[in-house]
Amino acid sequence: MQQSEQTSHQSPHQVAWPSSGLTRVPFRIYSDADQYALEQERIFKGPTWSYLCLAVELPNPGDYLVTSVGEIPVVVARSPTGELNAFVNRCAHRGSLLCLKRRGNADAITCVYHGWSYDLAGNLTGVAFERGVKRQGGMPQEFRRSEHNLRKLRVAEFCGLIFGSFDQDLPDLETYLGPEIAARIQRVLRQPLKVLGRTTQVLPNNWKLYFENVKDSYHASILHLFFTTFEISRLSNKGGIIIADDGGNHAAYSIMDRTIGNAEYREQALRSAKDDYRLEDASVVEGVDELGDGITMQILTVFPGFVLQQHLNSIAVRQLVPRGVDRSELAWTILGFADDDAAMTERRLKQANLVGPAGYISMEDGAVGGFVQRAVHGLDHDAGVLMMGGSDTRSQEFRATEASVRGFWKKYRALMDV
Amino acid sequence: MDALAASHPVDQAVRLEVQDLIARYADAIDQDRLEEWPELFVEKCRYLITSAESDAEGLPHGVIYADSRGMLRDRVSALREANIYEPQRYRHVVGPIVVEAESETTVKARSHFLVVRTMHTGDTMLFASGIYRDRIDVSHVPCRFIERIVVTDSHKIDTLLAIPL
Repeated sequence: MQQSEQTSHQSPHQVAWPSSGLTRVPFRIYSDADQYALEQERIFKGPTWSYLCLAVELPNPGDYLVTSVGEIPVVVARSPTGELNAFVNRCAHRGSLLCLKRRGNADAITCVYHGWSYDLAGNLTGVAFERGVKRQGGMPQEFRRSEHNLRKLRVAEFCGLIFGSFDQDLPDLETYLGPEIAARIQRVLRQPLKVLGRTTQVLPNNWKLYFENVKDSYHASILHLFFTTFEISRLSNKGGIIIADDGGNHAAYSIMDRTIGNAEYREQALRSAKDDYRLEDASVVEGVDELGDGITMQILTVFPGFVLQQHLNSIAVRQLVPRGVDRSELAWTILGFADDDAAMTERRLKQANLVGPAGYISMEDGAVGGFVQRAVHGLDHDAGVLMMGGSDTRSQEFRATEASVRGFWKKYRALMDV
Repeated sequence: MDALAASHPVDQAVRLEVQDLIARYADAIDQDRLEEWPELFVEKCRYLITSAESDAEGLPHGVIYADSRGMLRDRVSALREANIYEPQRYRHVVGPIVVEAESETTVKARSHFLVVRTMHTGDTMLFASGIYRDRIDVSHVPCRFIERIVVTDSHKIDTLLAIPL
């Protein structure tokens, strides 16, 4: 059929954009299954570095854990000589999942299905009954183990963060981060880390809605009352946004200024201006300036799915994992430093009430993506508006802007070629 | 039964008190009388929601963590005044309770739970399952929680956890 021939030679179907600028986003981008499938190819398997895990989670030779790049299950393992390797968690034989546990320690990885085994670099080292049984059966002469290794990823480490990529030609991780974003990671993760906890939040929305949300400095003091009331972060505070040139990575920060009252907010009669709301036990917001620069909040993203967060002394990394066109998961790892004393650990644990799925200042983020997802469903030919703070993606000295959200779409459209 | 437990057998009246406390806990939350929830704890208490995986690994973080009744009251006032979440309700199903002596004035209790969450849209899901590990002050009537550790079987939480488990 002529039509199907034509289709096969065209570039894959993509959602159409209403304009070449970055101030409109077609709602269909969140609900289109073909678009979602293409994102797996062009973004997650494409020229991007995806966060995999922390180096401190794999301290010993033989330690492994299961993670994801996009929807692809990936194993990260520390070899006997200490280096970190990553490979697809899929047997080269029949495609079964290899590691069934979330984490563990092993000398080798053996598939439960037919017993093919691999070393911790992903090389095939053993095939059950390779020479057959009693000289019958077995692999033919032309079979070469070296042609059936696991599919490997490039691995890079920065400040104890482990990233992986399927792209062999991509520049190194530090180049990908860019000097300003790298410096903002170093600012927080400047000592050996300690994992305090983990939790996974299942988000009822397309992955992009969460990544936009976390880059969106406009909503923070409007949707989240806790920010405003306790002066953890306000649009009117000193602070700003750093956006990488290609738009993909960003860091937003604010510096506490207790001299500013609620007047600006009250003028706008925003719901969030409630001066009479006080905590009975304020230890949840009692931070110390441990980094010495007065920055009370820093949210940093690395395209396509990594978040580093510092709220007061609450430090966490978040890994965004797409799980279908209308579903994603946010894997939180709550952090401290290896040399924290008991008082600092307690401080971090209390301040962790601010973040996570039950967090005073982040629980809403788990739901708001779902509000968009439910509202665009079935009527997705319209477009959203991103005009706050102009139309560009430059770094800005203020946060009443959507520049970093526009930056996300700049990077997205470059990678998707749309 | 260890020596301490043997030396402090839990009498029937205390067991009934403990059962009543655990029942009132679920009733306060499920019937949206959240203001009663902190009052079931002693002033210097401990409340933690963790997962079986984190618990087994000895990780101290909880998605909710409080070490005072004041922090629990703050959680309720934040839910009432600050946080944005769609109207929803829980239904706790709490299984039989194991009560063990700990000291002259305290007991330990374990009970298993299911929490079903129903959204205002009518969507109902099995939201959480797990175990309550309690330390309870039985020196006064009514007895109160000194510590309630909520260990969920899953490390995943759907959308958000607003109302305490």
